[in-house]
Amino acid sequence: MNALRRNVLKSAAGASAVAVAVAAGLLKPTQAMAAWNKTAFEAKNVVDAMKGIGATNPADSKDIIIKAPDIAENGAVVPVEVTSRIAGTSSIAILAEKNAQPMIGEFNLSGGAEGFISTRIKMGQTSLVRAVVSAGGKTYTAAKEVKVTIGGCGG
Amino acid sequence: MAQPMRIRATMAGDVADVKVLMNHPMETGTRKDAKTGQLVPAHFIQEITATVNGVAVLNANIGGAVSKNPYLGFKVKGAKAGDKVVVNWADNKGDKNTEEATIS
Repeated sequence: MNALRRNVLKSAAGASAVAVAVAAGLLKPTQAMAAWNKTAFEAKNVVDAMKGIGATNPADSKDIIIKAPDIAENGAVVPVEVTSRIAGTSSIAILAEKNAQPMIGEFNLSGGAEGFISTRIKMGQTSLVRAVVSAGGKTYTAAKEVKVTIGGCGG
Repeated sequence: MAQPMRIRATMAGDVADVKVLMNHPMETGTRKDAKTGQLVPAHFIQEITATVNGVAVLNANIGGAVSKNPYLGFKVKGAKAGDKVVVNWADNKGDKNTEEATIS
């Protein structure tokens, strides 16, 4: 319990230090953006993208719940909600496996943020939507298939 | 110019439910302009940070595959009504925006 508390405090302090630096004008936006994970976002396949965020061989987990439509009529706006019930969830990444660049986003949580992220993503075609959760130095994953209908007639 | 964003933060039990709607074209850089046939240059939000009462709760890196006018929802445990939520974003062109809201 104490160890976890320490970690949470430490990561919160680290993240806010960056925010303070940005606010103080110490870091220009371009510099701040150097933190953007280019390797992961420009990866052309899921394996490379996961490698880019340090998840080489994540374990399948039933404690990650992905809420997304079975059939998405519009691939440009697919609502995705990821809930992680894994204790100590520190980040949630979302990937669409068959997108030209599968990496969609990585969300680092700290300071009391729960293992939950809700957003809307673009999907090029029917594919698995994968969530990669990192908790306590380990990575876990789960996936859900979303069918994308091009014609927009539903199905 | 950065368009305003909207934040709604409400308490649900002891958890604050924060919903953010940003205004941004989120161009991937791979889409072609229908008229000219030229690629539309990439223009998307790369980084989003959120704090509650000055404590960082979220630091997100996103790519062009997040839908246009991005929506982001997250939950913060231990927050209470009256706490201040601040959300910042920065895009690949160096544009940035910040907005704050009070949890109700």
